Amino acid sequence: MNALIFNAPVLLIAIPLLGAFAVPLIGRISVPLRRIFTGLIALLTTACAGLVAAHVFTSAAPITYVLGGMATLPLGMHFPIRIILEVDGMSAFMVILTALVLITAIFYSFPYWRRRSGGNMYEALFLLLGAGIFGMELTGDLFNFFVFLEITSIAACGLIGFRAWQGKSQEAAFKTMTLYTVSGLFVLLAIGLLYGEYDGLNIAYLAAHIGGSMVDKIALGLLLTALAMKAGAVPMHMWAPDAYGEAPAPIAAVLVANSQASLYGLFRVLFTLYGLTISVTALGWILITLALLTIFVGVTMALIQSDIKRLIAYGAVSQIGYMLLGVGVGLATSAGHQPFGLVAMQGGIFHMINDAACVGLLFLSAGAVIRAAGTRNLNRMGGLGHDLPWTAVFFMIGSFALAGIPPFNGFASKLMIYESTFRYSPILAVIAILGSILLLAVFVKVFQSAFLGPRLGAPAARPSGWMFAAMGTLAVVVIAFGLFPGFFVHTIVTPAAKALWMGRDAYIGAVMGG
Amino acid sequence: MIGNFPYIIAILLVILGIYALLFKRNLIKIVIGIDLVETGVNLFLVTLGYRNSGIAPIYTYAPKAKPMVLPTPQALTLTSIVIGLATTALLLSFAIFIYRHYKTLDVNKIKELRG
Repeated sequence: MNALIFNAPVLLIAIPLLGAFAVPLIGRISVPLRRIFTGLIALLTTACAGLVAAHVFTSAAPITYVLGGMATLPLGMHFPIRIILEVDGMSAFMVILTALVLITAIFYSFPYWRRRSGGNMYEALFLLLGAGIFGMELTGDLFNFFVFLEITSIAACGLIGFRAWQGKSQEAAFKTMTLYTVSGLFVLLAIGLLYGEYDGLNIAYLAAHIGGSMVDKIALGLLLTALAMKAGAVPMHMWAPDAYGEAPAPIAAVLVANSQASLYGLFRVLFTLYGLTISVTALGWILITLALLTIFVGVTMALIQSDIKRLIAYGAVSQIGYMLLGVGVGLATSAGHQPFGLVAMQGGIFHMINDAACVGLLFLSAGAVIRAAGTRNLNRMGGLGHDLPWTAVFFMIGSFALAGIPPFNGFASKLMIYESTFRYSPILAVIAILGSILLLAVFVKVFQSAFLGPRLGAPAARPSGWMFAAMGTLAVVVIAFGLFPGFFVHTIVTPAAKALWMGRDAYIGAVMGG
Repeated sequence: MIGNFPYIIAILLVILGIYALLFKRNLIKIVIGIDLVETGVNLFLVTLGYRNSGIAPIYTYAPKAKPMVLPTPQALTLTSIVIGLATTALLLSFAIFIYRHYKTLDVNKIKELRG
């Protein structure tokens, strides 16, 4: 058992990676067997995620895992040259989030993808994407971060363009792949700059030596642009609505988790790698500006959409803004350590998991709606509430949570963001609240046109067992996080926020010692 | 000055690639632009590890007291080239599918996804 806990961080990457390459082989033998195998891999991954999170939240310091030999260094080297996984509170939080989204999306996929061919490749790419996201969240090495970033890019774009019989999906996949690749190359260029200056790739080692020179600032600019682009922040959001809108519904849910992994990378770079060596107030305001733009553009573009998936996609883009807003205020106040800065951090980070759950729920129920209605155009669907009462309830829960209505989870995190940003600058809270109200208006419109009114044509097909179970699980999570926010903030969010906000020395010390 | 020459070339390649990405309308040319950026970054990485009159970093047969080039950037570049191959292949296959659907490679004529 101890060995299992000790090796859990690397198993979390290894299990889905192994699964991804075994799935096509098993699929050649038998399709039901392949589904059982994929389900097992997903369950094992989730169990590992739970182990990692439980271990990190109970231990005081970040845990490190050294690949390839013991932690001691050969030949009297003074800096770590091994590949290191480093898991602190923030990584553990992201791991929980990703595992939640992955397990619901894979079980939803089984009936969703049943009647189509290509299930082998679909499940293989799905598990590969999962392995990439976990890798980004666990690694303690900048170059490995780049490699996992590219793994998620390739797997995600393969899945976005999976429906090759539709021209639109190819267009979205090409666009997304172009931007993902450019952002990946920017990250690599920044890594090259940092390596050239400090002779190291380990995040803790770099953080201990970084001085804030001009080269560091150029590298930071490249990393900020690239990771904000991959997270889908306005004005680099062009790919996001296309990708979320054209990807199969469960993949859209996973893409949200993927964007948040990039956001995690951005926070890791800002708080842990650079910390106070740069002007945190200026950078905080850059994040806040990006956040306000993202909220505003996301919500207003959602208003004019008539395609249900594209509409939810813009809603998802606007939510990235709330996370950036909370963490931006946290970053701006991290030098002075004002207490409301920590609340803003908690709000922004809590909103990540809330957003993953409620946007995931919305995408999954939109998938069920599209399957039942046979169209994605809101003007041509209606009366689905008669045949899909539970899907209607799930959709309503998801949209209320997204708009920040109590007692759902979106309210809990948005309230924290409003309160703390108001203390920093009232106008921020006003814009954030305005965005939420507009979002509510958008989703009332969607609900009315999709579910209410008389039946159109023949009775619609109900979602089958696993799809229902997946949506139900996310709905339960949304309600549980909304009803008991205090418990979840205390157990998982506060360690994550503290790890970023004041855990830089602990993160460095875990690798460099002392 | 002459020592900085490879860096200038690398950055020039990156800028050329970004120019192609922004202003070219043909999908294949966009892929070429991405390849140029990638080549520029790879060249930059290799240049970082170069030492004047250095030898290959193989310990077994290395003559004493001669500088070796850094092996790490070479390993990074190798990984980056492999990843670049995968992304280029994926992008070109999307371009092929787009051509099949729309019978054109011109970005301006492919506009189902707008707004």
